[in-house]
Amino acid sequence: MTAALEARAISIAFGGLRAVDQFSLSVPPRALHGLIGPNGAGKTTVFNLLTGVYKPDTGDIRVHGQRLDGKKPSAIAKAGLARTFQNIRLFGELSVLDNVRTAAGVRARSGLWRSLVRTPLYLAEESAIVERSLDLLEVLGIAHRAGEQAKSLPYGDQRRLEIARALATEPKVLLLDEPVAGMNTQEKHEMRGLIESLRERFDVAILLIEHDMGLVMDICDHITVLDHGCTIASGLPDAIQRDPRVIEAYLGVPEEASEGGS
Amino acid sequence: MTDGEKKPAGQGPRGTLAGGNPRGVTVGDPTRPLAARVGAFRPNPLVAGVRSLYPIVIGLVIALLLQTLVAPMLGPFYAKLLLDIGIAIVLAGSLNIVNGFAGQFSIGHAGFMMVGGYASALVTYYGSIKLGWLAPNAYGVDVHGGFLGSGDMLFLFSCVFAGVVAALAGLVVGLPSLRLRGDYLAIVTLGFGEIVRVLVQQTSDVIEPAKAAGASWLTAAKHLGGPLGFTGTPTYVSPTPWLENAAGEQTGHAGIFFAYAIVSVLLVACYRLKSSSKGRELLAVRENEIAAEAMGINTARAKVVAFVTAAFFAGVGGALFAHEIGVTLNPKELGFQKSIDLVIMVVLGGMGSITGVVLAAAILTLLPELFREFAEYRMPVYALALIIVMIVRPQGLFGIKELWDLGFWRRYVIPVWRKIAGGWLIPKGEGDLPAAIAKRLSTERAGGELAKAKDSPSQGARRNGS
Amino acid sequence: MTKLLQTFVNSLALGSLYALTALGYTLVYGVLRFINFAHSDVFTVGAWASFTLATGAVGHAASSGVSGDKLYVLMGLWTAVAVGLTLFHHYRRGLPLEGVAKALGAGSVFLVGLLLWVRSNATPTLSVVPVMLLAMILCAMLGVTIEFLAYRPLRRAPRLNVLITAIGVSLFLQNVGQLKFVFGTQPQRMPALVEDRSLLEIAGVHIRLVDVLVVVLAAVLLFALEALVYRSKLGRAMRAVSFDERVASLMGIDVNRIITITFAIGSALAAAGGLLFALKYESIKQPADATWVLLGLKAFVAAVVGGIGNVRGAVAGALLISFVEVFGAAYLSPHMRDLYVFVILIAVLLFRPSGLFGKSVVEKV
Repeated sequence: MTAALEARAISIAFGGLRAVDQFSLSVPPRALHGLIGPNGAGKTTVFNLLTGVYKPDTGDIRVHGQRLDGKKPSAIAKAGLARTFQNIRLFGELSVLDNVRTAAGVRARSGLWRSLVRTPLYLAEESAIVERSLDLLEVLGIAHRAGEQAKSLPYGDQRRLEIARALATEPKVLLLDEPVAGMNTQEKHEMRGLIESLRERFDVAILLIEHDMGLVMDICDHITVLDHGCTIASGLPDAIQRDPRVIEAYLGVPEEASEGGS
Repeated sequence: MTDGEKKPAGQGPRGTLAGGNPRGVTVGDPTRPLAARVGAFRPNPLVAGVRSLYPIVIGLVIALLLQTLVAPMLGPFYAKLLLDIGIAIVLAGSLNIVNGFAGQFSIGHAGFMMVGGYASALVTYYGSIKLGWLAPNAYGVDVHGGFLGSGDMLFLFSCVFAGVVAALAGLVVGLPSLRLRGDYLAIVTLGFGEIVRVLVQQTSDVIEPAKAAGASWLTAAKHLGGPLGFTGTPTYVSPTPWLENAAGEQTGHAGIFFAYAIVSVLLVACYRLKSSSKGRELLAVRENEIAAEAMGINTARAKVVAFVTAAFFAGVGGALFAHEIGVTLNPKELGFQKSIDLVIMVVLGGMGSITGVVLAAAILTLLPELFREFAEYRMPVYALALIIVMIVRPQGLFGIKELWDLGFWRRYVIPVWRKIAGGWLIPKGEGDLPAAIAKRLSTERAGGELAKAKDSPSQGARRNGS
Repeated sequence: MTKLLQTFVNSLALGSLYALTALGYTLVYGVLRFINFAHSDVFTVGAWASFTLATGAVGHAASSGVSGDKLYVLMGLWTAVAVGLTLFHHYRRGLPLEGVAKALGAGSVFLVGLLLWVRSNATPTLSVVPVMLLAMILCAMLGVTIEFLAYRPLRRAPRLNVLITAIGVSLFLQNVGQLKFVFGTQPQRMPALVEDRSLLEIAGVHIRLVDVLVVVLAAVLLFALEALVYRSKLGRAMRAVSFDERVASLMGIDVNRIITITFAIGSALAAAGGLLFALKYESIKQPADATWVLLGLKAFVAAVVGGIGNVRGAVAGALLISFVEVFGAAYLSPHMRDLYVFVILIAVLLFRPSGLFGKSVVEKV
């Protein structure tokens, strides 16, 4: 079975700094894969490599077997790889519905020209786009704010909107970059359920960057740990929790070199 | 999956995904892909055709009314003003596509105007000569034929030609723009305007009709008047039609009609651009280019399309301008100063707002004429206005919103209009939905009310929460 | 051979004044990351101010009805405004700039006195330095005022807004400068402060005193700036702000003060450029004329070509641009001189946007 997302030995260096070194990853369809590591480890850089913002110096990237490294981000998105951003990047002045609409429109067949002339196909697709967008907003709990400006949304809703927007592109792989950062326990609890159910409901593989260890250990099938651009551990959550290298990366080594506790 | 936290009674998780209660706007299954949904919404092709064309038809009718009824009532001075306003709307509206919709800062727009103007003058002047429509004294060319006669047809063709040539120029400017950030893009567009100006100034004087008949088009293209301007363009765009030429024939230069016909095409195009999901992609590029690219929007293509479309209409506007009565196409007049005038219109009206820019174009064309005595102070006042607006109200008059997005319009005007005209001609506002969806929602909501009554606790909680 | 040498001298002189103006663009970009569109108009004001001061210095109106005394009134006004602003800064925000205000005021009075003395004696050539210094002070004050009123309120605003404001300021300066009670709409001719004699003769080319003076004065200012930016504490602070504004302020640098000083220096240099331009080219068109915009634009191109934000790069870029322009005009077509410069701009922006000496900045996604 082909992996939904597969990266093989991708690297990138900025000037003299090796930001990501020989990173490899394989995410099966419908899996929830976590990517963790201390700050500055290169996690978002990996996302940027996967989504085409940066071109990898080495290695290749595949989504359902289709080779994607070196392509433009928009081509990669069309191939089924969608993402959310660590620092929320919404289309602030546009409405909530518009944010999802623009992403959903990527799957439409009619282009600009047909929009100007308003062919029957365009009209049908436009209604379908709006319907799908509303469905997505509803399922993420923000449909009641459909007409509001995106930048006026409360923080939690903005994160939900980012997810709705990413889902609108009908992705096969979803990259979530710190989706619960800055949320309180109640909100995190809701988001946890939401993220978990995404993969079955939408048939997507999910790659998750997150700092909330409780959440990551609970919902991820498989975790990869990054430190200074290199993979230092990769495996099941239980194993990762006990891995001394991981503990060292996060907490450092205790002064009296005793048995590593957690 | 425990975190030891007790959820307060009545607050369920939000959204249906996490098992919460559906409420409100339920329309269907979010996982159904787009392609599967399209079939349900196919409209009748005839209805779609009518819907597509009727705004243009209405626009043409309005243009005709303006020309035949309004212009004579206004008298020559105000009719000319009306014409100028129309041309200004075309130019500012086209700039709005690049600066407002796509968010690219272009300050050399007059360059496209110049390209279009000269291209159209080339066609009408030398074309008229080759077709034998000389002025009685054979020192220039004359307008030919009545309203929508062969002369007007040549003129309209020259307008389209002007638009196409300008669009090509837009491609030339748009492609490099992809690699440039805001400030640098502004400088390059400025440079473009200046380059066109320099090149035009290098051309030789216009060839006299007697000698021009035998000249090739290539030669003609090198004789565009140079620094003194393209003297002798036939004036197909004048505010008062049904003039009589020297021979006593009635010749119609229905300038206001032409100008406002083009205005209506532009405005319809802009509106459709702005309200369609594809057109919203342009706005998305303006808002956050990186996110837009990540959502599958080809930002490069969007920007180039914006430039090319804007350039096309600017070229047509330039053609209108070149053939206006009392205007000699002149490189100095269409330089940086003109570009800035257009930028001011767009900024003060609200970058991205169609109605705002139309209003600003009208006001900023009207004011200098009405306050002619203070001509000296025009630019300092405009400049000051620009600075103050940027500091105090950077979104200009309307920002990115349209007139029909404003609160008072939605509350008072639209309900009244609905009573009169039903759903016709109501532009889509920010939160409005296509008719097909709205209909389905209202039936769902009716059915959903009953379901809601049973699941009430989460309703109130959601509204109070977050 | 004669032509080659003459062209070389011309391009050197033109390059000097481009360099001075380009530095204003580059310094401001360094600290604020924004292109000050209005900078070319400070150059224009500098040229016009030099003209008005010069006519005052030589004691007669160079042409129709322009009185040199008018500028002394303007100067008094400006000094009052500048002193007022600095006092305001001091009392409202505790900035210890009183001394600077006093120094500026005293310096202006001294220089005006010097000019009047020169006027009553012979050799107008001596008046070049006081005229230049006065013009520099004037434009420094102008630059500071612009920053305070138009750019500072927009410090946190999106880049586009500041750009539009800068265009507004540029237009404002141009058009207000044209009003009757300021500089008027008539082009003027700069009084010949410097005798029109040739200093040297090499290979049949007369190297004029004017050209030498222009290059020498420019070089002096450039070296002074180099010493300031790379060898003084203030210069270190300026460079720190240009690297990282937030961290610089955490290190105790008063960022606002640095920005104000940067604008003052950049504007003063532009004024010097304006004076040198007036000295060399003599004919001064009205403030809103396109020639000024072009000059400013070319200086901007010089800054970009050298790597915007890079002080030494600005000088290198300026010399390169002026060489291309002047040699192109002499050996190819004089009508297309603007075109050559724009072609270089577009080539640089497309192929090496960080310029010859700049480094590219990667945006964090």
